[in-house]
Amino acid sequence: MATRKQTGSGQADDHWLVRQETIRWLWIGSAIGLTFLVALDLIVEHHPYFDIDGWFGFGAWFGFIACVALIGFARLLGVFLKRPDDYYGD
Amino acid sequence: MVTELLFSPASPLILGGLVLPLVRVNLRLAPLLALPVLALLMIWQLPDGPGPVADFLGLQLQPVRADALSKLFATVFAIMAFGGALFALNQRNTQELSAALVYAGASIGAVFAGDLVTLFIYWEVMAIASSMVVWSAGAAARAAGLRYISIHLLGGVLLMAGIAGEVATTRSTAFDRMQPDSISRALILAGFLVNAGTVPISAWLPDAYPRASWSGMVFLSAFTTKTAVYVLIRGFPGTEFLVWIGLAMVFYGIIYAILENDMRRILAYSIVNQVGFMVTGVGIGTEMALNGAASHAFTHIIYKALLLMSAGSVLLMTGKQKCSDLGGLFRTMPLTTVCGIIGALSISSFPLTSGFISKSMISQGAADEHMATVWLLLAAASAGVFLHAGIKFPWFVFFQKDSRLRPHDPPWNMRAAMVLFSALCIGLGIAPSYLYALLPNPVEFVPYTATHVVFQLQLLLFSGLAFFLMLGWLKRTLTITLDVDWVWRKAGVWLLAAADRAADATGKFVAQWMLLAARTFSGRLFEHHGPEGVFGRTWRTGSMAFWMTLMLGAYLLLSYAA
Repeated sequence: MATRKQTGSGQADDHWLVRQETIRWLWIGSAIGLTFLVALDLIVEHHPYFDIDGWFGFGAWFGFIACVALIGFARLLGVFLKRPDDYYGD
Repeated sequence: MVTELLFSPASPLILGGLVLPLVRVNLRLAPLLALPVLALLMIWQLPDGPGPVADFLGLQLQPVRADALSKLFATVFAIMAFGGALFALNQRNTQELSAALVYAGASIGAVFAGDLVTLFIYWEVMAIASSMVVWSAGAAARAAGLRYISIHLLGGVLLMAGIAGEVATTRSTAFDRMQPDSISRALILAGFLVNAGTVPISAWLPDAYPRASWSGMVFLSAFTTKTAVYVLIRGFPGTEFLVWIGLAMVFYGIIYAILENDMRRILAYSIVNQVGFMVTGVGIGTEMALNGAASHAFTHIIYKALLLMSAGSVLLMTGKQKCSDLGGLFRTMPLTTVCGIIGALSISSFPLTSGFISKSMISQGAADEHMATVWLLLAAASAGVFLHAGIKFPWFVFFQKDSRLRPHDPPWNMRAAMVLFSALCIGLGIAPSYLYALLPNPVEFVPYTATHVVFQLQLLLFSGLAFFLMLGWLKRTLTITLDVDWVWRKAGVWLLAAADRAADATGKFVAQWMLLAARTFSGRLFEHHGPEGVFGRTWRTGSMAFWMTLMLGAYLLLSYAA
């Protein structure tokens, strides 16, 4: 997600944002940021509405699992429902 | 009656839309921008409460009734008409602009309608005007436009049948809170739900909207579905099954958008997804949830229009709308990229954007009512929104691979419209009190608490992590995904073809049979009356004279006997 943070104009094919080096740093930066975000749960006092949302790092693991499940389910559904995009003749 | 209609805030846009084709193209700028502003002024001049009542065909009509809820929706419709018109200034197709203004005006008329009959009239004007917007895109949109209007006329028939039943049983045309406790009210609800893009017949929306022009879809995204949300809030708050219908729409939108390749169809599925959040809020039905649904409709119109303006700019400048053809556009379209990202963050309810301060209220409504399952599903769906719209749209359009396309940012007016709506997205996110002051119910909700912000950031950023880790599974393919419209686009066609073949075969069989009968008949005719037939052949004179003599003799004998 961090790759979207900045935009710029530059050379056609060698834009600094798409260099391997930059992407590597973006991954490292994101990893640090995400760890910090989960660690915030140690400081911030949550007021859970139910039981489960009071667990440590709930937003993080719940969001991650939900997305993996959604992508997995979409892929499964795609096996049955995907068709070439000229299927309806247009 | 005529006076009331003339002074309705709907009339500047409707009349303006009808007159627009007479205005020269280079003089269009002023009226296109002034009319929505005039409508906005009229909206805020309206006194709250029931307006004058007019008698029409023995029915009591109330063309204009204003309160906080109707003013909220009318306000955002007028803002949308302004932003949309600014964006579409260089649209050469007058029919589209004209229809779009009528469409916007009719939606304002619909939210001020104080009775069911007035509502129905504006409802149908919207159906026709929006179909005209779809058709304005040319030949490629013709079939989809036909499917679109068919569904909306069907919805209109359901609504009309319901209204007729309601008026017949209650002798009243009033449009107020009701329950789906009779057939006529259930029909009214069904009519509303068709326009909301409810599953299972939501397919009309991703089918038709992405066929509209680069500017047409910006208008289409706003009015029909949100007018439906308004009438649901007004007519059926707290109807429990709407919670489950809404959640089904939420997940339908996410799953189909994940599988989709066309950037504007991704955003169309995402409309169904977002309206699903609102319908869920209506189903929960508490003051908090209804405030959430209403405010989410307000913010959604703005950020969805912004997303579609950004997609429309890409379409106009590149002529392409498939993700598999796009990518890397951030190099030469920096403003479009940034505005698209702001729209994407807003739809994902990122803190400091408008989506954060509206959608949270729906979740809060579920939490207050101790609906654990609903709350958890809404949280999972929030993560899913970031996945399918928040990251997928900007990533595949502006980043991803280098498509070697080097388009520039669009003309000034389109850039101005995007900047205006971006500013609104961030402005509402930073200062929610301006929106909260317009809501129908008093607001006791503080969106920016440490726990809420941290929770939301965790949810979204880890959703982003899942996206990039599973990028291989999200790779775009040149495919579409079958939907319920397969029933009428394929099965229906097959059925028709089969019926055609059956009719053809029956016709051939009957024709052959008749031919045989005719031949047999004419054969017999020929046999008896032909040149050699008993009745047709030449007789010899002698035998004729013999038979004549015999008959005359018999006659003589008989006359003697008598």
